[in-house]
Amino acid sequence: MKPFTNRLLGLAAGIAVACAATSALAVDLTGAGATFPYPIYSKWAEAYKAKTGVGLNYQPIGSGGGIAQIKAKTVTFGASDKPLLPGDLQAAGLTQFPTVIGGVVPVVNIPGVKAGELVLDGKTLADICLGNIKYWDDAAVKKLNPGVNLPHLAVVGVHRSDGSGTNFIFTAYLSKKSPQWASQVGADTAVEWPTGIGAKGNEGVAESVKQASGSLGYVEYAYAKANHIAFVRMINHDGVAVEPTAEAFKAASARTDWAHAPGFFVVLTDQPGHDAWPIAGATFILVYKNPADPKAQKEALQFFKWAYENGDALAEANDYVPLPQSTKDAIFKSWQTNIVPASQP
Amino acid sequence: MNRVLYARRRITNNVFLILSLMAAAIGLGWLTLILSTLVTNGAVGFSFRIFTEITKSSGSNGGLANAIGGSLIMTSIAVVVGTPIGIMDGTYLAEYGRDRLSAFLVRFVNDILLSAPSILIGLFVYEVLVPRMGHFSGIAGAAALAVIVIPVVVRTTENMLLLVPNTLREAAAALGSPRSHIIRSVTWRAARAGIVTGALLAIARISGETAPLLFTAFGNNGWVSGLTGLNSPMASLPLVIYNDALSPSDDLHQLAWEGALLITLAVLTLSIVARFFESRRY
Amino acid sequence: MVDAALSENLAATSRGAALRRFGRSDLRFRFFTGSAALLVVVIFAGLIATLVVGAWPAIKAFGFDFLVTSSWNPVTERFGAFPAIYGTVVSSAIAMLIALPIGIGIAIFLTELCPRSLKRPIGIAIELLAGIPSIVYGIWGLFVFVPYFQQTIQPRIIDAFANVPILSTLFAGPPFGVGIFTASLILSIMILPFISAVTRDVFETVPHTLKEAAYAIGCTTWEVMWNVVLPYSRSGVVGGAMLALGRALGETMAVTFVIGNAHHINSSLFSAGTTISATIASEFTEALGTLYIPALIELGLVLFGITFIVLAIAQLMLYRLNRLAGGGSK
Repeated sequence: MKPFTNRLLGLAAGIAVACAATSALAVDLTGAGATFPYPIYSKWAEAYKAKTGVGLNYQPIGSGGGIAQIKAKTVTFGASDKPLLPGDLQAAGLTQFPTVIGGVVPVVNIPGVKAGELVLDGKTLADICLGNIKYWDDAAVKKLNPGVNLPHLAVVGVHRSDGSGTNFIFTAYLSKKSPQWASQVGADTAVEWPTGIGAKGNEGVAESVKQASGSLGYVEYAYAKANHIAFVRMINHDGVAVEPTAEAFKAASARTDWAHAPGFFVVLTDQPGHDAWPIAGATFILVYKNPADPKAQKEALQFFKWAYENGDALAEANDYVPLPQSTKDAIFKSWQTNIVPASQP
Repeated sequence: MNRVLYARRRITNNVFLILSLMAAAIGLGWLTLILSTLVTNGAVGFSFRIFTEITKSSGSNGGLANAIGGSLIMTSIAVVVGTPIGIMDGTYLAEYGRDRLSAFLVRFVNDILLSAPSILIGLFVYEVLVPRMGHFSGIAGAAALAVIVIPVVVRTTENMLLLVPNTLREAAAALGSPRSHIIRSVTWRAARAGIVTGALLAIARISGETAPLLFTAFGNNGWVSGLTGLNSPMASLPLVIYNDALSPSDDLHQLAWEGALLITLAVLTLSIVARFFESRRY
Repeated sequence: MVDAALSENLAATSRGAALRRFGRSDLRFRFFTGSAALLVVVIFAGLIATLVVGAWPAIKAFGFDFLVTSSWNPVTERFGAFPAIYGTVVSSAIAMLIALPIGIGIAIFLTELCPRSLKRPIGIAIELLAGIPSIVYGIWGLFVFVPYFQQTIQPRIIDAFANVPILSTLFAGPPFGVGIFTASLILSIMILPFISAVTRDVFETVPHTLKEAAYAIGCTTWEVMWNVVLPYSRSGVVGGAMLALGRALGETMAVTFVIGNAHHINSSLFSAGTTISATIASEFTEALGTLYIPALIELGLVLFGITFIVLAIAQLMLYRLNRLAGGGSK
């Protein structure tokens, strides 16, 4: 038997050569972060590559991961569903901008209740998630659903066990509508759930809701649509019961004054508007104002500029809501004022 | 009196033998169950596209070619680097260390490493390599996998070497063989089957690792080519399976099942081939 | 005369040279094995150092309370590891309880019962369970096993034990499918091949003369296994069990899909729980804030601590067993 040691040395030498040979590397456009916009970012990337030949490698490692990696400067841009506060942006030398809007949809599995049949408002939803409402035939639920035959069935709350932007949007909404939720639980990508079971990912929640009778969960719109689970109609800020549709998500952002929100810090839950879906949210991109690699960032911003100008149809086809033109203009303007000239698209 | 005793012994014997038969049936039952679901979910609609197309978004008829390539590269490097180190370490423990304090320490440390959550190993390699290199890379991914390979190989190598009867070593020593020669041509040879098992267990262990690659290899939607590829973010099959399985699209779910079937079949084939080699040699 | 002396001299020098060469290659070989061993210690030290540095803010903020409190609140940044520690220990313990007898049973079957021609295929088949990647176990668990377990098996178990004093608490409803017991079941499948493969290998090293002697005085197969093979190979069996326990304690992906990931402690094994590695895996990538990531890293340190204790106990047991065996054997 030939000594392993010889082979080991040979291999180490080989790897050393490989490292040395590759130290000079071309511009690499890499982004990381939120899982929620991953489908549309990959669609855009494919279309952009077909058109310009520039490839984008976006990896859905999670919003927290996206923020951590842009801070560690291992990626060209970070992506997060939870916007950073203007102060945090300032401290890190970062700037952020929204890309698309999506919605979070409560879903239920109650025998005899069809999709869109059940109506809930924010307060009742919070009480269910807090464990204050234990059965589906509770007076508060009955009051909102006079015609619906609600069984005496225990409520099984299903929530995301992993930290996620979906959690942030959902809990931000509950915090707005229920003082008890705001003080007891709060709003974040991960919270201490008072009751219920946890499931991994949107897919895990959808699966659990499909299986557990009496369950209530919440998923991103695309998952509710793909899994054919019964969604809930929500009573919005104007007191109207709305269905979760792309139009309703769009309506939620219609009156938002993005241009005057510092750092585009806007949480789109419980927005005014007759048709507005109350649990909507935008997803954000983080880049440096003065990047270490201005050329790579320029490529990244060129990509997003292209997406703002040409990507709306793709976004709509994939159940995302594109931003209004006024917001896009505000974003372009913010690039000019915040980001060094070398990185301007 | 004696007849009662005999009857009792016979019954005890039969009961336990039946129980052991049932144990084997349970083990085989699980395997059949898991494999059959994998095959029914993965083989339906299986297409060779997955070997030719790279990962794409939902609805674009993507494949797994870049992920398969990345996994092969990183697993190979990790095994080629990690196995010799593990074998040498296991040899130290079994042949030189034995009852020494140093060996006790190494053994202990190794067993703890063996059960370390792989995401922490990924984190460690990330801290050591990635910020220094300035970007994620296949090398970092392979390094993280190698750190997982080493303790597995150490554990099996030591176990197997300790099983080699001392009389063999003594016989070789009596012929005047130096120690290193005895180890290389007697004990390693006697324990070869076990050492190969260790390497296989290591491959099996890392072939499905997702967590340690998250912050090291990172993943890549495109191809990486040549030597430069090792230095850039690299795709891997488990990462793609993980992302696809948690996506909303049916076609990506299908791809995840196909990938899962593929990994499992690869490991399966690998171990059977290795076994075949072993049986041919003796 | 002269020739003879010369040749003797020559032979002596070449023997000396050969011996010196042997000596040098011996030293070199030993140096390589030693440095490989050292490398593992260095990796370990680096890992611990990275973790301690990473966890330091949480260690400073929570102190000892981290280990004994149950709150896991990312919003207020109050973190306590107790539910995760509980889930880790309980799920691994149950998995061992299930897998150890089955694994040893398989090894006995393979060495004593199985027809020679089937030995190899069945042995390989069982080991294939170890080859199935943990992410596949995770997906299989979530999409296939959990729904079946929830709809078919769990309600029956809950009904069956409803009036049995202790079991009714341990297996109380409602049936969620996911939970600590589900995780234990999946874990037990995953560690089964580790136990059976090592145990079988160890069984096969038992000298035939020993077994033949026992058979010759009229022992049954079971008596040979219990009184001859197992005592002879017990340190190997314990070693295999430790390998399996190590895998169970640190297993991440499969567990995080099926355990329910809830930071609660419930007397029912059917309720959702969490383990240390599942918590790290499912929350690490989305964690934000100054104490959240340090708390997750400290959880990793705690897992190292638990592994350390388990291994220390195992080593102690092995040491005692060996001494007993060396002292007065029966």
